[in-house]
Amino acid sequence: MTASFPPGMILVAGGLLIPFVRGRVREALVLGLPLITLWVVWLVPDGPVVTLSFLDYQLTPVFGSPVGRLFGTVFSIMAFAGGLFALRQARTLELAAAFAYAGSAIAVTSSGDLITVFVFWELMAIGSTLVVLASDQPKAFEASMRYMLVHLLGGVILMIGIVAHIADTGSVAFEAMRPDSFGRVLILIGFLINAGAPPLSAWISDAYPEASPSGTVFLSAFTTKTAVFTLWVAFPGTWILIPVGLYMVFYGIIYALLENDMRRILAYSIVNQVGFMVTGIGIGTEMALNGAASHAFAHIIYKALLLMSAGSVLYRTGKRKCTDLGGLFRTMPVTTICGGIGALAISAFPFTSGFVSKSMVAQGAVDQHLAIVWFLLTAASAGVFLHAGIKFPWFVFFQRDSGLRPSDPPMNMQWPMLFFAFLSVGIGIYPRPLYAILPYAVEFVPYTIPHVVAQSQLLLFAGLAFFVLLPQMQRTPTISLDFDWFYRRFGTALGREFTVRTTRVWARVVDAAAVRAQSITYGLLKHHGPHGVLARTWPTGSMVLWVAVLLGAYLVFYF
Amino acid sequence: MTGNRHDDHWLVRPGSIRVLWIVFIGVLAATVAPDFLIDQHGDFGIEGSFGFYAWYGFLTCVGMVVVSKVLSIFLKRRDTYFDG
Repeated sequence: MTASFPPGMILVAGGLLIPFVRGRVREALVLGLPLITLWVVWLVPDGPVVTLSFLDYQLTPVFGSPVGRLFGTVFSIMAFAGGLFALRQARTLELAAAFAYAGSAIAVTSSGDLITVFVFWELMAIGSTLVVLASDQPKAFEASMRYMLVHLLGGVILMIGIVAHIADTGSVAFEAMRPDSFGRVLILIGFLINAGAPPLSAWISDAYPEASPSGTVFLSAFTTKTAVFTLWVAFPGTWILIPVGLYMVFYGIIYALLENDMRRILAYSIVNQVGFMVTGIGIGTEMALNGAASHAFAHIIYKALLLMSAGSVLYRTGKRKCTDLGGLFRTMPVTTICGGIGALAISAFPFTSGFVSKSMVAQGAVDQHLAIVWFLLTAASAGVFLHAGIKFPWFVFFQRDSGLRPSDPPMNMQWPMLFFAFLSVGIGIYPRPLYAILPYAVEFVPYTIPHVVAQSQLLLFAGLAFFVLLPQMQRTPTISLDFDWFYRRFGTALGREFTVRTTRVWARVVDAAAVRAQSITYGLLKHHGPHGVLARTWPTGSMVLWVAVLLGAYLVFYF
Repeated sequence: MTGNRHDDHWLVRPGSIRVLWIVFIGVLAATVAPDFLIDQHGDFGIEGSFGFYAWYGFLTCVGMVVVSKVLSIFLKRRDTYFDG
């Protein structure tokens, strides 16, 4: 049995159905559909499965590949755990939009042509915008509109690229290509915008933290990792991705170090983690590509775990800022432990999932003798522990006593945290099942004594740096300016200035017209008005006189 | 009334924090110690030097904090900056 439709369509259809059902039926849908999707993902064999003609093109809406299956698998697991986390607390719109969003992301991973990719790409943009829009946070509406504008821009760039590429080659195939033509460069840029690449990286930290506690969990998983998937398929070994990825890695660390909002710290760290994957794709060897794909798999799980623990804190306390939080470990033990495991996994501590996946990217750099890349990646690994691994749990759960005494969240929010904490440790201890479903055969042994010792040294001394520099790390109620300043401040200022100036010019035009109209009416009044020369009533005598004059003139002229 | 008793959690007592520091420094020493025995196959020159990952991790983290502090001079704004 094979699937005759994109597996993701199950979740898209389910998402549309969710608003119309309640209670047990809804719970069954939310928990059952992701599992059915996971099953169908594994029913799609390699190669083109479904083809159909559209205009002059042969589309392949269902295409099986190992890397697509890997991403489809983790997306389905994510939809399941995210659905459970959101089940009782999220608004109906959010839950429905999140499922349609997850489904379209899964559908991208089973696309065999660029047109299908584009259709589901745009569906993702709509779904994710609605997830932000459905939030209970006060500034969500504005954030969702800015989010949508960035993604519409990215979508337009991608579409122009695809059209130019098809005009160039006549091929709609979604396959490895080089960014060596106008169209293919635009396709690369379109993919990179969704990955959070510079200069537009700010959309992630702008929009994601404004979503609801559960909304951010969904958002963290799909958009950026679908972009990683498309880059993986279309642009492996494209060297420009190495500097782009390294920039993202350090951008995420630096901005997260300065940040005060706990979920914005984690949003910056999404850019950081995707940077590792983009760098791996740029290196482009089987080792590095395996590293990028497996890191995406591990990352989705531990990042969702971190955001679930942050979301639980927000749900219970209503507070998001490190300056308002602290000391929560006393009353939120499950959230603290699960968040701590997520923090260890993102830092790639030995015996966590990050350790067995990220190391392959660094190994790819070693194999290619890319010394500078390797040194930067290693420094960045230490920096991950600094900005996410310690900073997040320290300021939220330890630090000083904020006086807050929230309890752990409801069970439906605890179970997915425990599940993902289990997976983060489980994959770290026993990576073989993950390695078995990677696109290329794995010849990498993560657990050698030198490797474990090296990573422990790196991370623990990064931890020492954190505590030595703790006075420098104290949070202040501030934000850091980013590229979004250009469209949030500069753009508005420009727009306001334009309004002021055009209003002034308009006022002048209106004044001039009024003066002109006034002089015309005045003239009319003067000549035709009640006292005007042409409107006077003339006495009969003067009429007789004028008749006499006319008759006299007539006589004179006649003779 | 019981608020202060709660603050007295064993993890936040000065005594326990001192113990935690001693344990932490012990663990740090323990991770560097194997460098006497094993050969970190240096792929890139200094990577093979003694305790490379320890000093490299520490110094790069200090560097990243310094860079972020310098950038913050230019980039930091009150978090109500965009609200106006």
